[in-house]
Amino acid sequence: MSRHPLKRLPVLVLAGVLSAGLSACGEVPQVTVYEQGQYRGKTDTRPWEDSEFKGDRAAWEKALKQRARNQSEYNRIQ
Amino acid sequence: MGRMKFLCDAERCIECNGCVTACKNEHEVPWGVNRRRVVTMNDGVPGERSISVACMHCSDAPCMAVCPTDCFYKTEDGVVLHDKDKCIGCGYCFFACPFGAPQFPNGQAAFGARGKMDKCTFCAGGPEETGSQAEYDKYGSNRLAQGKLPLCAEMCSTKALLAGDANVVADIFRERVLRRGTGAEVWGWDAAYGGGEQKRERKREGQS
Repeated sequence: MSRHPLKRLPVLVLAGVLSAGLSACGEVPQVTVYEQGQYRGKTDTRPWEDSEFKGDRAAWEKALKQRARNQSEYNRIQ
Repeated sequence: MGRMKFLCDAERCIECNGCVTACKNEHEVPWGVNRRRVVTMNDGVPGERSISVACMHCSDAPCMAVCPTDCFYKTEDGVVLHDKDKCIGCGYCFFACPFGAPQFPNGQAAFGARGKMDKCTFCAGGPEETGSQAEYDKYGSNRLAQGKLPLCAEMCSTKALLAGDANVVADIFRERVLRRGTGAEVWGWDAAYGGGEQKRERKREGQS
């Protein structure tokens, strides 16, 4: 007793569709998640510490600002 | 205090390379390493422009983003520095930097000896004891801790290169641009040192 080969066609098609549909379930997300790195080196002292300013931030800022303003020759000739 | 920034006035820069020399001398930078260099466009053609380029101490620095060992850090004043003890000399920062600021000491290999990266520190030293010999050997002198600005800017003979707090630098440049005027053909001595408002002032006073 032999079965007609065309009778197995719907089963084969159904199996194909199912396997194609399920293939997406095996997808692994490939989008990289970037993480913000953290500095891993030695800690540094701030410029107004450990120096001639001895922790006086305001004095350091004042000195630096004055120095920066002196770059303008218009300030120097006035 | 805001952010420390460099600004190079292309109208004033005369390509003297004084900034480059000052930097190399101040920090005793080795052969093959140029923390700062002068780039000239249309060299020899009327209207040529030169600008002095070094690390721009970016607000969102790409070198910091790509470093695999996270050896970069930013100070409270916006200066981008790095720890040479953590650096593996991979060169990623060099590829990421749009200004070509990261430098590698010359060696036997084509791309340096993959030594420690070296770059402009805004004369702020590095993560070693301030003013120590170790700091000088690795990063150069720490002028910022002495209340001084980077030597390249302070040495600039035409004051094309400005350094310091961004607001102060912007104010200086704004005043300069207003005084010298603007236009399509702004070039030369008058453009750099005041041909616009200053000249008109002199004319009004009958001096010229």
